[in-house]
Amino acid sequence: MKKMSLTVNGKKLTVSCHPFSRLLDVLREELQLTGTKEGCGEGECGACSVMLDGKLVNSCLVPLLQVEGKKILTVEGLANKSLTPLQNSFMKCGGAQCGICTPGMLMAGYALIKKKKKLSKQEIREGLGGNLCRCTGYSPIIKSVQNCGTKP
Amino acid sequence: MRAYLPDYSFHRAKTLTEAFSQLEAGAKPFAGGTDIMVLLDAGALPPDNYFDILAIKELQGIRSTKKALSLGALTTYSEIRNHKLIQSNFPILCASAREVGAIAIQNRGTIGGNIANSSPAADLPPGLLVYEAQINLISKRGLRTLDYTKFHLGYKKNELQKDELIHSITLKPEFQKHHHFWRKVGSRRSQAISKTMIAALAKVNRKRIEDIRIALGSVAPTAVRCLEVETFLKGKILSPSTILEAKKILSRDLHPIDDIRSTGKYRLIVSQNMLEEFLCGIG
Amino acid sequence: MTWVGKSALRKEGDSKLRGQAKYIDDISLSGMMHGITVRSPIARGLLKKIEYLPGVNWDEFITVTAKDIPGNNYVALIKKDQPYLVDEKINHPEEPILLLAHSNKHILEKARSLIKFHIESLPPVFTLEEAIKQDPIIWGTNNTFKSYAIDRGDVESAFKDAHILLEGTYETGAQEQLYIEPNGVIAIANEKEGVTIWGSMQCPYYVHKALVPLFNLPPEKIRVVQAETGGGFGGKEEYPSVISGHAALLSWKAKRPVKIIYDRMEDMVATTKRHPSKTRIKTAFDKNHKLIALDIDFTIDGGAYATLSSVVLSRGTLHASGPYFSSNIKIRSRALATNTPPHGAFRGFGAPQSLFAIEKHMEFCARELKLDPVKFRKLNFIKHGEILGCGQLVKEKIKLNSVVEKALIESDFHKKRKAFVKTNKNSPIKKGIGLAVFMHGAGFTGSGETFLASIAAVKATPEGKIEILTSNTEIGQGTNTIFSQMAADALNIDFSDIEVVQPDTAHVPNSGPTVASRTCMIVGKLVEQASKDLKQKLISAQLLKEKYTRKEFISACKKYIKEIGELKGSSQYKAPSHIVWDEQKYQGDAYGTYAWAAYVAETSTDTRTFETTVDKFWAVQEVGKVINPLLAKGQIIGGVAQGIGYALYEEVIWKEGRMANNKMSNYIMPTTLDVPEIEVHFLELPYSYGGGGSKGLGELPLDGPSPAILNAMEHALKITLRQIPMTPEKLMAQMEEINK
Repeated sequence: MKKMSLTVNGKKLTVSCHPFSRLLDVLREELQLTGTKEGCGEGECGACSVMLDGKLVNSCLVPLLQVEGKKILTVEGLANKSLTPLQNSFMKCGGAQCGICTPGMLMAGYALIKKKKKLSKQEIREGLGGNLCRCTGYSPIIKSVQNCGTKP
Repeated sequence: MRAYLPDYSFHRAKTLTEAFSQLEAGAKPFAGGTDIMVLLDAGALPPDNYFDILAIKELQGIRSTKKALSLGALTTYSEIRNHKLIQSNFPILCASAREVGAIAIQNRGTIGGNIANSSPAADLPPGLLVYEAQINLISKRGLRTLDYTKFHLGYKKNELQKDELIHSITLKPEFQKHHHFWRKVGSRRSQAISKTMIAALAKVNRKRIEDIRIALGSVAPTAVRCLEVETFLKGKILSPSTILEAKKILSRDLHPIDDIRSTGKYRLIVSQNMLEEFLCGIG
Repeated sequence: MTWVGKSALRKEGDSKLRGQAKYIDDISLSGMMHGITVRSPIARGLLKKIEYLPGVNWDEFITVTAKDIPGNNYVALIKKDQPYLVDEKINHPEEPILLLAHSNKHILEKARSLIKFHIESLPPVFTLEEAIKQDPIIWGTNNTFKSYAIDRGDVESAFKDAHILLEGTYETGAQEQLYIEPNGVIAIANEKEGVTIWGSMQCPYYVHKALVPLFNLPPEKIRVVQAETGGGFGGKEEYPSVISGHAALLSWKAKRPVKIIYDRMEDMVATTKRHPSKTRIKTAFDKNHKLIALDIDFTIDGGAYATLSSVVLSRGTLHASGPYFSSNIKIRSRALATNTPPHGAFRGFGAPQSLFAIEKHMEFCARELKLDPVKFRKLNFIKHGEILGCGQLVKEKIKLNSVVEKALIESDFHKKRKAFVKTNKNSPIKKGIGLAVFMHGAGFTGSGETFLASIAAVKATPEGKIEILTSNTEIGQGTNTIFSQMAADALNIDFSDIEVVQPDTAHVPNSGPTVASRTCMIVGKLVEQASKDLKQKLISAQLLKEKYTRKEFISACKKYIKEIGELKGSSQYKAPSHIVWDEQKYQGDAYGTYAWAAYVAETSTDTRTFETTVDKFWAVQEVGKVINPLLAKGQIIGGVAQGIGYALYEEVIWKEGRMANNKMSNYIMPTTLDVPEIEVHFLELPYSYGGGGSKGLGELPLDGPSPAILNAMEHALKITLRQIPMTPEKLMAQMEEINK
């Protein structure tokens, strides 16, 4: 067990966990941030995607020790009272069905829009390539990102 | 997760000196974690002591001089694919880095990890082979440099000694006049593990092949240079019959295996076809 | 304002987009333990002894074996053959033998490795051929779960009179549902309170039905609640009964809540998949190329236990002749036992298998007869007033020709079909375009809906809101939204006035399972009728006139509750009089109605790597009234993507009856870069017995993609392809064979 501090969704926190703990488990079990989902545990489905110091990562593949002192953004950190433009776009374009891949998709979309304002469909497809969805057939999600505007 | 964490320890080495003492104590280095964490999750990682090397400055970053480009072992796939000088001088490395997993993996996985893990399906080695990279290994004893072609020894086996870390990869930008060819055949377009892949370079002067280098991945215990094919093709003018002969020579030394992702036969035939595709493109 | 026909926004969308929706693994109860299932390492044998090796303190663990079951050791579904836990006989790899619980979930994995089963192995059966040989017999008297025989006309003499006979055999592989949220439940079970389950599931009342005999408790002592569910596709139809029983057994012994969540590897290796199939079709044509006789032998692999195989077989059998007419039909079908984990429900439920066969066969016949595949199909299409393979007279209008025309025009089919032949000549990339035409019957088969006798209810709250009470679950397909739209229209109030109650067997009536494309069409209609029933109560109480405003309705509800009491409307299913079904002959009106569709795939095959990609896809269908265009399109696009996976990528690799590639990195489902733009067009012919005029549509998109894609590949490569998934390795082998 090791005491470690990190910033999650703007809040500085201290957790006491095994340093090899997956960031995913720390978020879900220690911090009760259950919005981030586990779909495969091997970095394949992207349901556990979060932003780590401004970069998209699979939280199932990140050990806690490596995020000590770093900044994490999860799906819970996106909206304030109202939904963000990206979340609204998912609503209008049918980007969420069962909702289990949605938090990860939102983070991957967030990473794309943060990096570049005007995205081609191909860029969006590539940017979401690590996020599997079994419900939508992807087009509604791609459209959600494309129609979001310049701010996520 | 299937691992029982109390069976493992995990520490951080902030400097090379700290890393060396970790190595001395028998601990294992851990970089981006994109391979090790998958094993941990599946309960397939042997319980042991591990140490994080991500904070070690000497292993980070891309440095360039006029004569060479040096990629620190901790350079991520994302850094490789987005680097201007690599894009213009070593496009195969960018193309192969771009096809590793997807963005989230590329943001974490490192060139050092990809090489040290020594999987035959690793995406970067074929490119490093044709660019004739050099690999720099560091230990308490100092820095030693090897031709990359000598690094991989067999399935999951390499030259790295127990007290060593991969320090960096050195590349010489001397391929401006070459054709650069890369193709990976995986099971899908994203998040794909390769079934076979080819990296190839050629310099052609008045239709005659002056220089040619070909490497394949996922078809043998390590990525392989196809030296016999290269020798055969060097100095030749391409014709359908030379291409056919080159394909034949390729199949002589190649004995890919059946596994859960593909068949040996498929790997062999597709490797031959990709060689043909490359040769048709430079002729 | 009417809501039906509009793209109302997803009811529960906000909580899903905020990450606030609570899926089962997001819920934690105080004092909760974690459970795991220890499974058989081999396919068939006799369990002799369980050994607990040293390495953990076993006193800390709750252990449950077959001997701890308080009631009956079978999973109640159709037959009683599948045990919850192996007593002695092991019938498939990964069969549950022992359950363990501990408050620390990580130590459970260590404990798992310290369990040793002593098993005497028995010879297993892994293939359909071995099952047919009956050597050994592993189930019943002949390895056969169920068989059907359909005979109409005289096939034998038609074959004698035929101008030409054509025959082919078609095979489909297993397919994993691969919902992104694995199976999981939490149970609280004890003698005082009975059993309560929260879980990821499609059918709370199926779980309820299964737990009654397992615990020998009266039905009112069992309560099943659906948590937010991260996809099902059939994979959470019958399986949740198993995992729920396991968690409840652990909780019963532990006297504490127990959670079981499968990880991906366990979910893939141990739970159900789509039935693999083999279909032999013999057809006879007269000299005008009219189909005069159809002889089909359809076989599916059911795995080790009966589960739903008989019903999957039924749907496959009844769709086997496709949208074609023949006056002489003979169909023999059977579901066989093998020593693999039981195959189960997966979107389409038998129809994708048999429709793949008939649509591939019709393409083959067109080529053999040197006819245009479209003209040839049209010549043989079923028409109004003719009889389908299942013996059903087509009484309703059908727009099959319009559906096909629309697909051809939108895809520019004929022009591309010609153009590709030219451009393919000098390219290693061969482009093709292919068509598949099919229909899908919605709702339970035959008298199934009558037996279900589903009930839906609506209830007013003291605040004047309307709650919908059904056991039909929201699993992403839009139940909450479409029910709210239909109720809003039936009551002439606003979409926002409607709330959908979480399915909980303690509070909602049994409106049947969330399967078979029945939710919108069958249960939607019940929701409408229940709404009308509630409205009528207000009118009868003279609190509301025939014509009213939303405000008047709300105040009438409030007044009713204050002055009279509970305000509830309900409705129970009664079969429309036009549906007549003969269970003995297995003939008649198999389905109340059918949706009709024509799908076109445009593909590219790289002849150097044998990889095929779908470049574009057109899905045109007549589905009755479209309740919510955005959600309906989402259903079709998502289904087509699964169909693309079924056709080209998704292969279950079996080793000794066990899935060897039970990881998302090895079982290949399509990513954003593998699924093309999918164009969706609806034609509407409202069905008066369906909710809002709808027909079921959810399963339709699994039927068409695989034959359309393989037909496109055949067009490009000029070869005959008869099996899916058509992976690059298989395509290479086929092309090599032809080149020999």
